[in-house]
Amino acid sequence: MSNKARVPAVDGWFTMEDEPKLLASRGVETGSYFFPKNLAFSRNPAAPSEALEECMLSRRGRVWSWTTNHYKPPAPYISPDEFVPYTVVAVELVDEQMVVLGPLATSCDPSELSIGAEVELVLGSLYEDADNEYVVWQWKVVR
Amino acid sequence: MSDVAVLGVGMHPWGKWGRNFVEYGVVAAHAALADANVDWRDVQLVCGADTMRNGYPGYVAGATFAQALGWQGAAVSSSYAACASGATALNAARAQILGGLCDVALVVGADTTPKGFLAPNAGDRPDDPDWLRFRLLGASNPTYWGMYARRRMEMFGATPEDFARVKVKNARHGVSNPNARYRKEVTEAEVAASPMVSDPLRLLEVCATSDGGAALIISSLEYAKAHGVTDPVRIAAISTVTPSYPNTLIDMPNFSTDSSFGVAAPERGFRDSIAHAAYEKSGIGPEDLDLAEVYDLSTALELDWYENIGLCKEGEAEQLLNAGDTTIGGRIPVNPSGGLGSFGEAVPAQAIAQVCEIAWHLRGEAGERQVEGAKVGLTVNQGLFGHGSCVILKK
Repeated sequence: MSNKARVPAVDGWFTMEDEPKLLASRGVETGSYFFPKNLAFSRNPAAPSEALEECMLSRRGRVWSWTTNHYKPPAPYISPDEFVPYTVVAVELVDEQMVVLGPLATSCDPSELSIGAEVELVLGSLYEDADNEYVVWQWKVVR
Repeated sequence: MSDVAVLGVGMHPWGKWGRNFVEYGVVAAHAALADANVDWRDVQLVCGADTMRNGYPGYVAGATFAQALGWQGAAVSSSYAACASGATALNAARAQILGGLCDVALVVGADTTPKGFLAPNAGDRPDDPDWLRFRLLGASNPTYWGMYARRRMEMFGATPEDFARVKVKNARHGVSNPNARYRKEVTEAEVAASPMVSDPLRLLEVCATSDGGAALIISSLEYAKAHGVTDPVRIAAISTVTPSYPNTLIDMPNFSTDSSFGVAAPERGFRDSIAHAAYEKSGIGPEDLDLAEVYDLSTALELDWYENIGLCKEGEAEQLLNAGDTTIGGRIPVNPSGGLGSFGEAVPAQAIAQVCEIAWHLRGEAGERQVEGAKVGLTVNQGLFGHGSCVILKK
């Protein structure tokens, strides 16, 4: 393990706990969820002036679909020097009734995935610089 | 009467020419003007479809092309709606004609694209979802297409062979199209042997990025008649709808769908609503179509569109494809141009090129790829950030 500081790759999108959660917002009248978090305006047209409060999304969901990318995408994606195929998963959250994307946990192999499989939220490394390790939310298959 | 006339169509061939996009647009505009037999100096309005990849001239495409063709004082408008930009520009021109604000307009779009994936604009923009999706997820456009394709396999039993057959069909259609970039037949085996990009989609199943340009001259029916054209191709309807909340299908460049918590889902999903709006406005239905140009960003996505535009019920697109119904000579040929699979994507030109293709068929001038007796055609397309695009043409 390096001694680098572990910092989120984007501020305010997820908690840094051992059991992390995605940070979202919720309309106080409609109960509609919004991810990423937006406290400025409700996108539910039935209640455009409703107030929004911060909330956390369920840590577990079911796989809606996924794909493994075999080509290096353009910047601002930061690839390891030798490109490694990576998997993006779309996950249905039952309570929130929405689908949220995320990378597949680096500890998982895409062969473990199937549509409907249960996954849970973890943190994983996205890239590093001289001082920091930047982490992002990931979906891990519940075994 | 809400019809307008398509007096002229023109394209610059798609390819990887590496020249300034303005050149392609000018070639296409000159071709459309010649086709319409309209003098450029008589055009009253220029509606440009913008490109985001070619600096300031691309953001003000209408004026860029007006200057390149020679300033003559025409009114100008420029539109950006991602892949739907061409339809949005066309609708801007149509609205002014129908509103009596002008009689004849040029609609034009062109692009020069870099090699490889379409990328977000340069510079750190951590508030821009289009930047963040690449930084945080590596979610290129084919990432979304791959997820849709896998979902189709799971829901409807589609197979990689079905997807490959879309490519085989479109490649065959494109062989005789002088404006197509790829004009070579492709076999299922060649598709299966091409490298995996975003599984289950392979390299020959995702559309390339291309250079190209397309243009239209449209006018009021009165102007067409005075111009000696009594039976023009007509635009019967244009749909440029946005989604209805909650949009429950994950869409580029978003990180999540809308939440349908506590809200009734809309009667139609976004993709279904695009052609539906044009059908409603025109009184034309899917059963009336003789051909369609759909946005085959991937092979699998072409199958989704069959259902979204009402050619068949959900889950039946593979049957339609495999029965040969969507091949030229079949019941309802789809992408007789060869589609994006034969063209690659030149974003602001693409929706205009779809209209050019339908117009050629309705005029009986599509050459070897002609859909015999075509009277009614539809184009459909979707631009990221929530842009629908559908044009219904009739003769």
